[in-house]
Amino acid sequence: MSELVIKNLHVSIENKEILKGLDLTIKQGEVHAIMGPNGTGKSTLAYTLMGHPNYTVTEGEVWFKGQNILELEADERSRAGIFLAFQYPVAIPGVTVANFLRSAINARRRADNPEDKGIAIPEFRKMLKDKMSMLKMDSAFAGRYLNDGFSGGEKKRAEILQMAALKPEIAILDETDSGLDIDALRIVSEGVNALSGPDLGVLVITHYQRLLNYIKPQFVHIMMGGRIVESGGPELALHLEEHGYDWVREKYDGVPEG
Amino acid sequence: MEEKPKVIVSSRSRRADAASKEFAFSQSDVRAGTLTEYRQRAWQAYTRAAMPSASDEAWRRTDLRHLPANVFTLPKAGAFEDLPPVREDLLRPLADGQHGGQIILLPGGSTVELDEKLAAQGVIFTDLKTAEEKHPDLVAKMIGRTVNPEEGKFAALAGSLAQHGVVLYVPKNVQVEEPLHSILWGPGSFAHISHLIVLVDEGASVTYVHEAASPDEPGTDTMHAGLVEIQVLQGASLKFVELQSWGKHVWNFSHERIRVERDGQLDWIFGAIGSRLTKNFSELDLAGQGAQGRMSGFYFTDGSQHLDHDTQQNHLAPNTTSDLLFKGALKGKSRSVWQGMIYVAPGAQKTDGYQANRNLVLSDQSRADSIPGLEILADDVRCTHGATVGKLEQEPLFYLKSRGIPQAEAEKLVVEGFFDPIFQRIPFEGVRERFQEYIAAKMSE
Repeated sequence: MSELVIKNLHVSIENKEILKGLDLTIKQGEVHAIMGPNGTGKSTLAYTLMGHPNYTVTEGEVWFKGQNILELEADERSRAGIFLAFQYPVAIPGVTVANFLRSAINARRRADNPEDKGIAIPEFRKMLKDKMSMLKMDSAFAGRYLNDGFSGGEKKRAEILQMAALKPEIAILDETDSGLDIDALRIVSEGVNALSGPDLGVLVITHYQRLLNYIKPQFVHIMMGGRIVESGGPELALHLEEHGYDWVREKYDGVPEG
Repeated sequence: MEEKPKVIVSSRSRRADAASKEFAFSQSDVRAGTLTEYRQRAWQAYTRAAMPSASDEAWRRTDLRHLPANVFTLPKAGAFEDLPPVREDLLRPLADGQHGGQIILLPGGSTVELDEKLAAQGVIFTDLKTAEEKHPDLVAKMIGRTVNPEEGKFAALAGSLAQHGVVLYVPKNVQVEEPLHSILWGPGSFAHISHLIVLVDEGASVTYVHEAASPDEPGTDTMHAGLVEIQVLQGASLKFVELQSWGKHVWNFSHERIRVERDGQLDWIFGAIGSRLTKNFSELDLAGQGAQGRMSGFYFTDGSQHLDHDTQQNHLAPNTTSDLLFKGALKGKSRSVWQGMIYVAPGAQKTDGYQANRNLVLSDQSRADSIPGLEILADDVRCTHGATVGKLEQEPLFYLKSRGIPQAEAEKLVVEGFFDPIFQRIPFEGVRERFQEYIAAKMSE
């Protein structure tokens, strides 16, 4: 059973400290949600876990499968089993969804075995077709350039399609609900739920309770000022929906920073 | 892509005063035959024209001082027998084991195949020498019609000394379904001089792929000078794919012009990955009302390659449409120049002209010059252009890496994607794959 263990994580962007000692452990099979007001460092956490070069870790460790993944490049983290569904997936003009996914799958196979010839085309096609029908995606989608001219809903579905195809052990969903209408939200959530199970740990990052009506977390954390200040069960999310973040601000405002 | 308009600040180069060497060709190199008059005229133009230098506007960014002009000789008949044979991959049929015809031009020789059905329909697709012998009147009517040997030193050189070439004639209203393919294979230390002449008669249509290639032969001096003269007559349609993978020691020069008559359609695709230095003049003359022409190009340079593409879209009649997109990527210390002009003649109203050049600079030491231009002498027209020079952006690379794709492969994917819209215009998967492989090989070096 793999677990992702974040210990005392401090992260800066351009010398401004955003994460100020964050601790969190996510085990395979668990669903966690991090909630918090805007600007509190939620997306910084997501990007840092995936290894974006603009985020500088000044202190702390992130352990996964016996290694501190902060020492790994983004592609190595991905191949180790970590996945980030981006809030704003970037377009890759000229690279089709199918070509991209095949490259990603083959990169994994080659990392395991440098002699690997890559996934057989019929096997790949069948896999892609199955995952796409699960997410109610038209088969023509595979031939489109990745995220290029996609609607908000299509982008998020494409993220979940990648998650389905790459089978991570820990998936971080960064504001996956943003920009989705209720139908798209339901489809995306159903996709995530279908992938959930004992082999997948999920960290849902969200501003709103809304998504948590569809993806039910066992653990809810509130983030404020760059660290987790409250943790609890699903009732904490409902409490936030009812009372907003003001009580959290009142309780933790004035806590010495850093 | 991160795209910023490129501002070109140029200063007069001091290299203008260094003299280039002169060619050692003589009048006895001019082939006798049915085209003597044309060739002698071209020879006269050649002897009058000076070697281009940096003081000529068109040559300001392309330096010929190191061209060892005096060493080049023309290959003798049968020279190919002692030279590396044509690369197998070039000979593969274009589509599903079918091609309508294939011509292989070799130093001092050639082979020609043409589907009998096409021959019976009156299609002529043969090498220049054979055409001169068998169809002298037709060739006399086709040669010198779109490129004037007076246009420049290399145009005159190619016009007077062309040892080989291709003549393609598609008779009125004949639709050639299978593509035609010619290969110019240029190994050895020679001047390879070629002349392609195409006439697509009224209402006819054809797809023609021409590839020039040679092995890498470091330390060898090789030159190619070529002319491409094509006429697309009223209501005719031509797809012309022109690819070069010359060895990196080759000096490559060409003058090309395609004239499209009333309601004619042209789809012209260029691909360039080879040569030490290329200077290519490609012009589109939209000569009749309603004529349309699309020019699409890709180039990928590395090492110390220098590729200079000079394009011109001439709108000479009303209601004509042109659309040009050239995309290039550069590695190492290589350099590219794209200089494009849309010209709209007086009275060519309702012209729609577009040109764009996009460059992806993959190393700090490579450089792309991108120089669009408009010269509009009519008042009811729509002409737009764009030119950009950018680097690989971080965010797409990070996105690909976050899916487990290593840095080098992520860069390769982004570059392939950059070229893909142009590659999709090449209608043959085998050709596309081959050039994708060439580019992948350059990326991984």
